[in-house]
Amino acid sequence: MVVSVPKPAEELLEMLDGYKNMFIVACGGCPVGCDSGGMKRVDELTEFFPQNGKEVTGNVLIDFLCNKALVGSKLIYHLKKLKKSQAVLVVSCGIGVQATGKMVDIPVVPANDTLSSQGMQGLWPSSERCAGCGTCYLAFTGGICPITSCSKSLINGMCGGQHDGKCEVETERDCGWNLIYLRLKEVGKLDNLKKIPHLRDFRKMDVSDKERHTTRWALEKEVIYEAPKQSSEKEEA
Amino acid sequence: MSRLQESLEQGKFTITGEVGPPKGVDLHHCMDEEVSYIKDRVVAINVTDNQSSVMRISSLSICALLAQQGLEPILQITCRDRNRLGIQGDILGAYVLGIRNILALTGDHNTAGDHPDSKPVYDLDSVSLLTALTSLKNGKDLAGEELNGIPEDIIPGAIVTPGADPVEMQLIKMEIKIEAGARFFQTQAIYDPKVFESFMNKASRYKVPVLCGIVIIKSAGMAKYMNNFVPGVQVPDTMITPLKEASKEDRPKKSIELMAEFIKEVKPMCQGLHIMAMGWERYVPELLDICDL
Repeated sequence: MVVSVPKPAEELLEMLDGYKNMFIVACGGCPVGCDSGGMKRVDELTEFFPQNGKEVTGNVLIDFLCNKALVGSKLIYHLKKLKKSQAVLVVSCGIGVQATGKMVDIPVVPANDTLSSQGMQGLWPSSERCAGCGTCYLAFTGGICPITSCSKSLINGMCGGQHDGKCEVETERDCGWNLIYLRLKEVGKLDNLKKIPHLRDFRKMDVSDKERHTTRWALEKEVIYEAPKQSSEKEEA
Repeated sequence: MSRLQESLEQGKFTITGEVGPPKGVDLHHCMDEEVSYIKDRVVAINVTDNQSSVMRISSLSICALLAQQGLEPILQITCRDRNRLGIQGDILGAYVLGIRNILALTGDHNTAGDHPDSKPVYDLDSVSLLTALTSLKNGKDLAGEELNGIPEDIIPGAIVTPGADPVEMQLIKMEIKIEAGARFFQTQAIYDPKVFESFMNKASRYKVPVLCGIVIIKSAGMAKYMNNFVPGVQVPDTMITPLKEASKEDRPKKSIELMAEFIKEVKPMCQGLHIMAMGWERYVPELLDICDL
């Protein structure tokens, strides 16, 4: 399971600064299992934002946001509301935020920080990646992840190695920061680059004990069939 | 206050040079040749940090040797090889050895160098390294812990690539670097005065000294290599053709002539030069003589 935790309320408001309203897209997969998503969270957010001067234009819960075709096929029923929205708040791991960002031409904002995915990457067949950095930057970077799209995982902009839009590490590899630059320029949000905190907090990558005790993780601990102990077998014999 | 800072703050046209530490412990070429040719003509000398991700003597050691000789080093620090503990420790270590000028770089990726299988660090990057320098200058480390003895006269510098495309991204990052504490800029090599002029027209609003980067082009082959493999660098044909046509003996003379022409054009646009001679340190005095510098 991909573990994610809700971003603090003040951070959500900071990321949504300048937007009057938003549409909420939520994932019905992992975030439900780790209590950071699902309808319960959507309801909470739908109540929270109007109290803080922001309108919620609507919401949709989609089984898995790590399936771009599914995301597109469901969002199509909400076009009317999406067209009225200035931003899309995505309640999922970083993959879901990027996938949604690819499907709609509206700035996407992550509602969660994604932690280590601990072996499970969902069923994501496409090119977007989430490294579980614990500090989702996607609101600032136009829905393109700087941690996974930049070979150096830089958070403060393009390095000197970018050449014709490609990375210094591989001639065919797109420079992630060039993609971010082009996207932000397109949506008129280049100023976002000045809002990113300069330092990363690597502690946030770790999954705390509390997060390990969420519902789905706990399922793994249930033993369906308990084999008889070896010692008791001997006794019976 | 370092001599570099003094020169920059007095608005003087300031020239810096650069040397690369050797791989191995024989210092003869680096100290007795490269340094000795340029030391009387520059205010300060950059010492590269595992340049091009190729392992060499540490920049800090060579800077310390320069400082011992009464010369003024600029310690280049990249973020590729050390985390924030290592880097901050090195900054303080450099300070007690008399080093005041520090150039903050992200650093080429490991895969470009001779240890491609090593672990890239990038705990910090050029911007957060500047944040670290500013924090230390103000008496606290990045964790907010107070320092016993404050390196308040460190002067942090950074780099910018005037020929990069998109240049707008360079300018945004330049602004972010200034906010983080950069007090001077040295540029990546640039050969087209028009491109540099257009860059300076936008960059001069930041009012931070910019030293124009000069990499002496030694041959047409080197120019082509740079065009193909050095991001943000474009050597124009007007420089390549004369070098191609010159005989091998005349090439240094031709090269110096071409560089001098370029320097004369960019001199009024910026506050100095950063000369990266790449093994041709012996020609630097002649080049500067021609430019009356």
